Amino acid sequence: MFILNNVAQPDTLHDAYRILTEKKSNTVLGGCAYLRMGSQIIHTGVDLSKLGLHYIKEADDCIEMGAMATLRDVETNPALFKYFNGVLPKAVGSIIGVQFRNVVTVGASVFSRYGFSDFITALMALDTEVELYHGGRMTLPRFMDRRRAKDILTKVIVHKTNRQAAYQALRNSKSDYPILTVAVSRLEDDWKIAVGARPTRARLAVQAAKRLVTGGTVTSDVIGQAAQIAAEELPFGTNMRGSAEYRRAMCHVLVKRAIAEVAACK
Amino acid sequence: MQIKVIINNRPVTLDVKPDDFLVDTLRKQGLYSVRRGCDTACCGLCTVWLDGRPTLSCSTLSFRAHGKTVTTIEGVRTEAEEFARFMAAEGADQCGYCSPGFIMTVLAMKNELSNPTDADINHYLTGNLCRCTGYQGQLRAVKKYLGVGS
Repeated sequence: MFILNNVAQPDTLHDAYRILTEKKSNTVLGGCAYLRMGSQIIHTGVDLSKLGLHYIKEADDCIEMGAMATLRDVETNPALFKYFNGVLPKAVGSIIGVQFRNVVTVGASVFSRYGFSDFITALMALDTEVELYHGGRMTLPRFMDRRRAKDILTKVIVHKTNRQAAYQALRNSKSDYPILTVAVSRLEDDWKIAVGARPTRARLAVQAAKRLVTGGTVTSDVIGQAAQIAAEELPFGTNMRGSAEYRRAMCHVLVKRAIAEVAACK
Repeated sequence: MQIKVIINNRPVTLDVKPDDFLVDTLRKQGLYSVRRGCDTACCGLCTVWLDGRPTLSCSTLSFRAHGKTVTTIEGVRTEAEEFARFMAAEGADQCGYCSPGFIMTVLAMKNELSNPTDADINHYLTGNLCRCTGYQGQLRAVKKYLGVGS
């Protein structure tokens, strides 16, 4: 059971941040879909609805997603379809159902750094930055490594490149939480391999990506080796959905498939 | 706190608590078609439209509906009855508890997608659970209703 005593709907980010930091139990309200499943007492929920953060904008060099854009907006946005083989719409498409994706937001999904997040995994494989009101702009991997601190995530910025990307996830059923998520991308010889739901937050397999730097085509041998390195270099854990051993084995399989898919892109 | 909402074309002013969820607020208004099923945001039974978009009312705080339009099945009676006949004809309706949420999603899909494939339909309707019938009868009913295949 969760209790929310007050709602503040500030007109400026400055006020939003002030209210957020006024009291320990004050919290930014995102889509709020997970609130009912936890039990917490929030003194004041800071609602960002009046700050104009519900947008997805395509600029010359990037696509910006405002914190209050929903995952359904991500799924149906034409610009996001066009770039990176539509990896972002594809990644969010299995998250429960349309009604749920109409509720949950970009900002809360990223800021919460959920281990099971399909969205974060896909973003990690791209050239992604986040903008925090207090913390400023930083790359997503850097944000993922930071200590948890109160702040307001205002937008997620994905730089437009010719990256080819692929997404793979393993679930027991179509709309269930994932057991493992994998996103791979390539910009010429620059590869990124992100693995999430391990079950902790998504991380890049840096050594595995280095194995793919060949200056030319990647053979199936190289793909297999890189997948093996990814499975070895990342830590895996056990939860109700799967054991660490199972995840490690599946990581090898999904990474291999995702690399092969990207390698086949023209 | 006070919110102004248009529910099924009728403007109303409601007093809600900050942590009230829309499902409860609507049921208090006598809109009993809005069902609470799983209570964990994954069954789709509580689906209503918020500004025309299918939304889980069990996971939406009521104050977020301020200034918006809310549509429940009571507000789209004619369309719902029409689709219900297709459901009944396919034997796809048993206890009926999930029907209002399911029908609201089908009608939203009709507005949003044109000429959907089986895969498009299944994708859109994923997240609407039915314990009685399985889903083949429902898919047949939806396809006949949309006029996309037999």
